[in-house]
Amino acid sequence: MPAVSKGDGMRGLAVFISDIRNCKSKEAEIKRINKELANIRSKFKGDKALDGYSKKKYVCKLLFIFLLGHDIDFGHMEAVNLLSSNKYTEKQIGYLFISVLVNSNSELIRLINNAIKNDLSSRNPTFMCLALHCIANVGSREMAEAFAGEIPRILVAGDTMDSVKQSAALCLLRLYKASPDLVLMGEWTSRVVHLLNDQHMGVVTAAISLITCLSSKNPDEFKTCVSLAVSRLSRIVSSASTDLQDYTYYFVPAPWLSCKLLRLLQCYPPPEDGAVKGRLVECLETILNKAQEPPKSKKVQHSNAKNAILFEAISLIIHYDSEPNLLVRACNQLGQFLQHRETNLRYLALESMCTLASSEFSHEAVKTHIETVINALKTERDVSVRQRAADLLYAMCDRSNAKQIVAEMLSYLETADYSIREEMVLKVAILAEKYAVDYSWYVDTILNLIRIAGDYVSEEVWYRVIQIVINRDDVQGYAAKTVFEALQAPACHENMVKVGGYILGEFGNLIAGDPRSSPLVQFNLLHSKFHLCSVPTRALLLSAYIKFINLFPETKATIQEVLRSDSQIRNSDVELQQRAVEYLKLSSIASTDVLATVLEEMPPFPERESSILAKLKKKKGPGAVSVELEDGKERGDYNGSTPSPSADLLGLRSAAPVSGAAPSAGSLLVDVFSEAGPAAASAGVNDDGFLSSAPTSAASEDPAPPLPESDELLNKFVCKNNGVLFENQLLQIGIKSEYRQNLGRMYLFYGNKTSVQFVSFSTTVSCPGELQSHILQLEPLVEGGAQVQQVINIECLTDFVDAPLLNIKFRYGGALQNISLKLPVTINKFFQPTEMAAADFFQRWKQLSQPQQEAQKIFKASHGMDTEVLKAKLLGLGTALLENVDPNPENYVCAGVIQTKAQQVGCLLRLEPNAQAQMYRLTLRSSKDTVSQRVCDLLAEQF
Amino acid sequence: MIGGLFIYNHKGEVLISRVYRDDIGRNAVDAFRVNVIHARQQVRSPVTNIARTSFFHVKRSNIWLAAVTKQNVNAAMVFEFLYKMCDVMTAYFGKISEENIKNNFVLIYELLDEILDFGYPQNSETGALKTFITQTGIKSQSKEEQSQITSQVTGQIGWRREGIKYRRNELFLDVLESVNLLMSPQGQVLSAHVSGRVVMKSYLSGMPECKFGMNDKIVIDKQGKGGATEEAAGKSDLGGSGGGGGKQSIAIDDCTFHQCVRLSKFDAERSISFIPPDGECELMRYRTTKDIILPFRVIPLVREVGRTKLEVKVVIKSNFKPSLLAQKIEVRIPTPLNTSGVQVICMKGKAKYKASENAIVWKIKRMAGMKESQISAEIELLPTNDKKKWARPPISMNFEVPFAPSGLKVRYLKVFEPKLNYSDHDVIKWVRYIGRSGIYETRC
Repeated sequence: MPAVSKGDGMRGLAVFISDIRNCKSKEAEIKRINKELANIRSKFKGDKALDGYSKKKYVCKLLFIFLLGHDIDFGHMEAVNLLSSNKYTEKQIGYLFISVLVNSNSELIRLINNAIKNDLSSRNPTFMCLALHCIANVGSREMAEAFAGEIPRILVAGDTMDSVKQSAALCLLRLYKASPDLVLMGEWTSRVVHLLNDQHMGVVTAAISLITCLSSKNPDEFKTCVSLAVSRLSRIVSSASTDLQDYTYYFVPAPWLSCKLLRLLQCYPPPEDGAVKGRLVECLETILNKAQEPPKSKKVQHSNAKNAILFEAISLIIHYDSEPNLLVRACNQLGQFLQHRETNLRYLALESMCTLASSEFSHEAVKTHIETVINALKTERDVSVRQRAADLLYAMCDRSNAKQIVAEMLSYLETADYSIREEMVLKVAILAEKYAVDYSWYVDTILNLIRIAGDYVSEEVWYRVIQIVINRDDVQGYAAKTVFEALQAPACHENMVKVGGYILGEFGNLIAGDPRSSPLVQFNLLHSKFHLCSVPTRALLLSAYIKFINLFPETKATIQEVLRSDSQIRNSDVELQQRAVEYLKLSSIASTDVLATVLEEMPPFPERESSILAKLKKKKGPGAVSVELEDGKERGDYNGSTPSPSADLLGLRSAAPVSGAAPSAGSLLVDVFSEAGPAAASAGVNDDGFLSSAPTSAASEDPAPPLPESDELLNKFVCKNNGVLFENQLLQIGIKSEYRQNLGRMYLFYGNKTSVQFVSFSTTVSCPGELQSHILQLEPLVEGGAQVQQVINIECLTDFVDAPLLNIKFRYGGALQNISLKLPVTINKFFQPTEMAAADFFQRWKQLSQPQQEAQKIFKASHGMDTEVLKAKLLGLGTALLENVDPNPENYVCAGVIQTKAQQVGCLLRLEPNAQAQMYRLTLRSSKDTVSQRVCDLLAEQF
Repeated sequence: MIGGLFIYNHKGEVLISRVYRDDIGRNAVDAFRVNVIHARQQVRSPVTNIARTSFFHVKRSNIWLAAVTKQNVNAAMVFEFLYKMCDVMTAYFGKISEENIKNNFVLIYELLDEILDFGYPQNSETGALKTFITQTGIKSQSKEEQSQITSQVTGQIGWRREGIKYRRNELFLDVLESVNLLMSPQGQVLSAHVSGRVVMKSYLSGMPECKFGMNDKIVIDKQGKGGATEEAAGKSDLGGSGGGGGKQSIAIDDCTFHQCVRLSKFDAERSISFIPPDGECELMRYRTTKDIILPFRVIPLVREVGRTKLEVKVVIKSNFKPSLLAQKIEVRIPTPLNTSGVQVICMKGKAKYKASENAIVWKIKRMAGMKESQISAEIELLPTNDKKKWARPPISMNFEVPFAPSGLKVRYLKVFEPKLNYSDHDVIKWVRYIGRSGIYETRC
């Protein structure tokens, strides 16, 4: 067979390549290539017929020339001709040329597609594989259009060879990734899923990549794969290392397949079927057990494969976040890795532990490794590992170890890498603020921070210190003293001067009693730094000086002298000049009273989310957010309102049914529950917004537990019908509602605050039994920046306590967002005002004299006791405000009827303010005891 | 100032590395190799800036010479120096090749020490250098000779030593010009200029004072106005017979002189007077753009017959005195990139399709003036997928003619040596004119 021996050689090609390699210069190479191209052109000239071998050889040469970086504009036809050859080598070269050099030339594409079609329908597995590889390599839209229907058929056909199935699965994956709209699995879905049961491990490995990709896009269709994957996994994990001969890699059975299976499972929530779940847990336990066994080989490949599976298993455990036992074991396993020789392992362990720290089950376990982590932060050579260690410290920090961690981070900061300093500074600042037990410690920490790493302290950090100092009376004196001491250092950072200037300007008087820090000393100290500072700082210092004039009249002359000096009053900077001129004038013409009013102490800042936190989030993206969630939970724990975090969660979920059932029980019981209600609510409120980011991480399919502040929201809407119900970084929900008799209509406005569209947007309302609601469904897409409106109709059947829950689910950039809110529907919304004369009122009042018909509360005023505001609130409640009824004109009396479908409940109200004690007494009487109680509770929160 | 100088072979291996200043580190050597010699795209700019370091390079056959600096130097000075360096090396060991450089590396380092000092160029006159950098064995020099060298190198006339004696006083003048042209297919001149050099080789005794005269328009006009008598030298017969017209004077756009020429005198009275270095030197360089005699005219005719065939006909006409002979004529006709076969017919010379260069090369050994010759070729093309049209690069030409296309003529070269007993008449003088093609292209 001469052709075969010739085919193996392709001597001409070898000679050509060696010629090129021997070229002395680029010019020589170009000359040689030009010559060869001319030769090939003369060979490809139409009038001669070439045999397959030479065609293959020349196409090969062209390919080589193309790969050297030269343009090839002919030879495509010859390559396409090769596709129809029956020899493997010729076909292969043809496909190679097509995959590398194809362009969307219409006539050629048609020919190529035709050739591919022929090969796909041939029974020769090698040719089918070649064709599939070509489709995958090109992966263009045209290819997808032509073959997207054909390939799934090959993939699931019973008579297809295993190797072809593998290629088909991967080819389909490629087409799906390139143009997902063209690959429709439809009827093939279940059969593709069943490939997980295939005898051939190669097919399973290829198929699982496809399934993982498909199911991450539409998880519901592929739900069945979970149980199959679990059983496959358990078979692999439990097999001895010799069972899967070809697929055992350094004594580890099928490591790639195991990793892919574990990753597939991470697309789904924990299996609901108990048996499946049990089996999976068993698998995970086995994997964790295996990690403890002594290694079967000293080769690095063995440990790599084993660890790959282990880490994938741990991330699955973290993903499920429901098996405390496994979580703790995973944590312990990672703890061992923390001291491993291998740097990569240490890195991975720190990284995984970071996510573990955010799980409530393993948080405590993670905390036990604090010493090791601190050690890693100090001694690790690789900066990326140190960064992870810092992240982990941040994640594991809570009230119990905050002092230690902050101290360690501060001491590390002195030697920290420049690249991570700014982030470290932010973290220290946040931790210090969040876990500050006494604020003097906080002030110390931040001032230390500025001293150590002043350049990296951003504006937000020192703004925050000042906010906190101003809002807290107890720490002001201490802060003034501390900054005064800090400023005495010969060289201090400009940020320190800013903080010092501001605080001394406000609270310098608190330390002025001490002769060592007399007003003049303070002023001189500040002014000694003045010339070293930039313009904004100087401006701040000038303001501090004028405040000094107010605080200490004895310094007036000195300061005026300073302001009058040319360097101030004629400063080239407009801002400084203006301040100097104005302050000078102010100090010389204004009387002390005016001065005192103008330069009064700054009012407290409104409480808001820490600006530092926002900055860190911006820096880090969503990763940091999950940590916040955990910290929020921890705080709940320390507030002591709930015994343990898990109980807390449970409480939130089950609160609704429990209290929903309550009204039917005796009034005593009601009291107990209604007492507990507000308490829990206020505990939730205390978390000051840290929980607001919960929905981003709680990306499960179940409706999320309602936001803790939704009770507060509810209270906000008791006396009004319109407003903003909810707002976070992504979504704003506005509400507008109207009520007539026992019917209500509510308009919800969902505003997308991002520029990205929300996908699969859906809302559901779950009502307590006493209410009936009808909701008009929305389009599943909400464009970026758009607002959509939804109408909810509500009918009140009988009186109720619990507000309906609104659950919103949507995908934002692939992450499932799940938000639950309480709709502000309260019993008082169905009030019908009733006007009546004084006699009438008292008659009815006396009629409702049974003890359970009356509900009374005495409470402290949480807002001002302004008459008009009170009146507006009472009117907003829905009742009629009756004038000239009560003998005491200070008191307010209202009457109304609550309209429900089943009955009408008359309701009388009396509110007695006591301006001296800042207390109210609220009395409610109604024909139904539960109504009295509920309305009383609702109202008590309003004043 | 030059911080360092490197010489590389074609592979980018360093043959010579001499660093003059501390601001140039060792990595500069690699930076040039990586970014220029081994660059993915061919680097065409002679100056490359890499990380605030400038590299000035020239290429001689396969050898790269690169001068490196971190300062803002006069780039023209650096290139002048590099060319001078090439000249010096050629004068010492002939052709610049990898082998020659390797064989003479000690000598090259010695030269580099001499002609650059802390990056400042020093005396680079071959004649002067050869007196103290020798290739032969150590010649024991007497005290006197040594002091002579010192005084000569540091003195006013550094390029010539005293006490030179020849039995026959001879001098040769070569006027070498290269003519550049770009012409439209219709025969319209788009751009043309001549860059020329006057090279002098002198074997004169003592310290001769020379004066050089040519048909520079400014000088001729001045003399005409002043009514001064025609220079009596009568050496006008030195001037070779020009190609075309009886043009009297030429306009020189710009010119530069060898360091021996007294520039003050040239500025004042436009006379070129100098004491020449012994042996060969380039007396002046000049450029003209007006009234250029174009020795050849190329008339192309290209016809596309369908998509697969191309017919090309090229006529060349010589445009100078019939008595003169042009030599080494070569016409290069580019062919399309999808050429699959070529048939050529020509009356005179030899023509061949060179696939490696994508061109038909037509060579004629000799051709007299006022003649005409023609070539016709049929080019077969392979149909391609690309719809791109062929860019039709211009037809280029090479030749050599025995006259100066700019019209420059040497009017006289007078030699005075008052101390020795030979006069201007005793000196044997030779003048030669050579016109070569530079980039001589005609669009088709």
